Amino acid sequence: MKQRLAGRILASTLIFLVALVILFPFFWILTSSFKRQVDIVASPPRLFSFAPVLANYVRVFAEQNFPRYFLNSTVIGATSVAASLLLGLPAAYSIARFRQRRLSVFILVARLLPGISFLMPWYILFSRLHLMDTYVALVLSHMLIVLPVVVWVMSSYFASIPVEIDESAMVDGATRQRTMLSLILPIAGPGIATATTLSFIFSWNNFLFSQVLSMEKTRTLPIAVYNFVSYAEVDWGAVMAAAVAIMTPAIILTMIFQKYVVQGLTLGAVKG
Amino acid sequence: MSGGFVDRHFKILAPLPAAVFVVVMILFPVIYTVFLSFTNWNLTSGNPLQVVALRSYGRVFREPRFLAAVARTFLFTLLAVGVETILGTALAVLLRRQFAGKGLVKLLLLLPLVAAPVAIGISWNLFYDPNIGIANYLLHQIGLGGLKWIYDSTTVIPSLAIVDIWQWTPMITLIVMAGLAGLSPEPFESARVDGATDSQILWRVTLPMVLPTIYTAMILRSIDGLKTFDIIYAMTGGGPGYASETLNIMAFKYSFEYFRMGQSSVLLVILFLIVLLFSLGIVRLQRLSEG
Repeated sequence: MKQRLAGRILASTLIFLVALVILFPFFWILTSSFKRQVDIVASPPRLFSFAPVLANYVRVFAEQNFPRYFLNSTVIGATSVAASLLLGLPAAYSIARFRQRRLSVFILVARLLPGISFLMPWYILFSRLHLMDTYVALVLSHMLIVLPVVVWVMSSYFASIPVEIDESAMVDGATRQRTMLSLILPIAGPGIATATTLSFIFSWNNFLFSQVLSMEKTRTLPIAVYNFVSYAEVDWGAVMAAAVAIMTPAIILTMIFQKYVVQGLTLGAVKG
Repeated sequence: MSGGFVDRHFKILAPLPAAVFVVVMILFPVIYTVFLSFTNWNLTSGNPLQVVALRSYGRVFREPRFLAAVARTFLFTLLAVGVETILGTALAVLLRRQFAGKGLVKLLLLLPLVAAPVAIGISWNLFYDPNIGIANYLLHQIGLGGLKWIYDSTTVIPSLAIVDIWQWTPMITLIVMAGLAGLSPEPFESARVDGATDSQILWRVTLPMVLPTIYTAMILRSIDGLKTFDIIYAMTGGGPGYASETLNIMAFKYSFEYFRMGQSSVLLVILFLIVLLFSLGIVRLQRLSEG
């Protein structure tokens, strides 16, 4: 029994350490965002002994075009999620009900392949069509991250809904599309919440596509954060404030939809 | 009646828009990239595109920078995913028991996963700063000398791997936890009845049963590991020198900095083949586990 207790204490200690390791970088980013440069470069590092200032946030939001990038990220994320739901929901329903396995693998491969292998051709194509730095180009490219997530999450969610529900509706004379729209979609709410949350976060965090396809007009937050380092001779306080600004919405979404985020992330790796 | 038409052909019509989108946005571009890899197209030279068969492949393969990048890509992935798998699985086993605050720990696990990698990478640059960074401060506290972390070619890859490990170990933990939750309780009960100790149950029952899930998690992570772009680009841009240049970073530079589209396509085709091989591995594994 004594051994049991010792094991339990050891386990608790380890878990506490893990939590500390996960949290510390966030803690450091957050506190640094309220520090003046002197406090940031101070040695030994100042954990709590500094006078917090809002100057970094003021610099980020007032002097840079940050609100605009914030809006761009939101619009591009929301539009690409909405468009992907429009394309992805019928596809996912069809994959689930007619077991179109090859199609699901095909769409899944899209998520697994390296982005640059399509990015380069798009770059050429979008330049020719004068679509660089347009919302069209950004939304289309973000849909490539979003659509596979939607199809993947939703096809397994639809598959978990008993077929009998569809069948009884169709026996009563409803068409497939009516069955899907007015019967199945309303009960697929949790699945849609999973797909929406997860894919919006993926779009929100995407760096590569925006880095190549956007310029000033459609620039998204990840690029803005990155540019802070190159332009502002590493103004660490501002960089940290920008990092807080980009991470906060994703973290809030995750706290609200925690269960769905976990389901979405672990889906596919575990069957059942 | 048009409703009748949709109803009869629902099977084809419903997935059609998504399928067309994927074909246009992925299949065509990938085919075009493969085509470009057989040319010597250079966007800055102004010369028209010329088909040169395998000559671009030859030029890339003879580049010492290329072989180094391939080796580095595998080294980074092996290092990061190896540690992530061990730590992630250990953590999942640790979190199996009930304890106060378990819900909070599960929420904490999600935070690194949803934080923008670019923001994470740039922030770790501050931690790694040789003069003002917290990393060296901590080393000094435990009596060790400071390191140059990402600013030295010998330590840059492990330093980047540490960031990847910090960010993605929870992914393995979550997947393995889901796998553990799905195990049937009977083998554990009968092992306990037979008088097995906790550690025997762990090594002989639990881990073998959850192994397929661990494999899948590992492959998923490896695919993302091979493609790692954001943190490397944001933290080092492939430097110092080429010391942290992986295939993905090299392909990015060839495409969007040097505009050597032909050679960049060669790099992309190779990266693509490597990742495709891993992707097919996943599909195969899933088929196996489905029986």
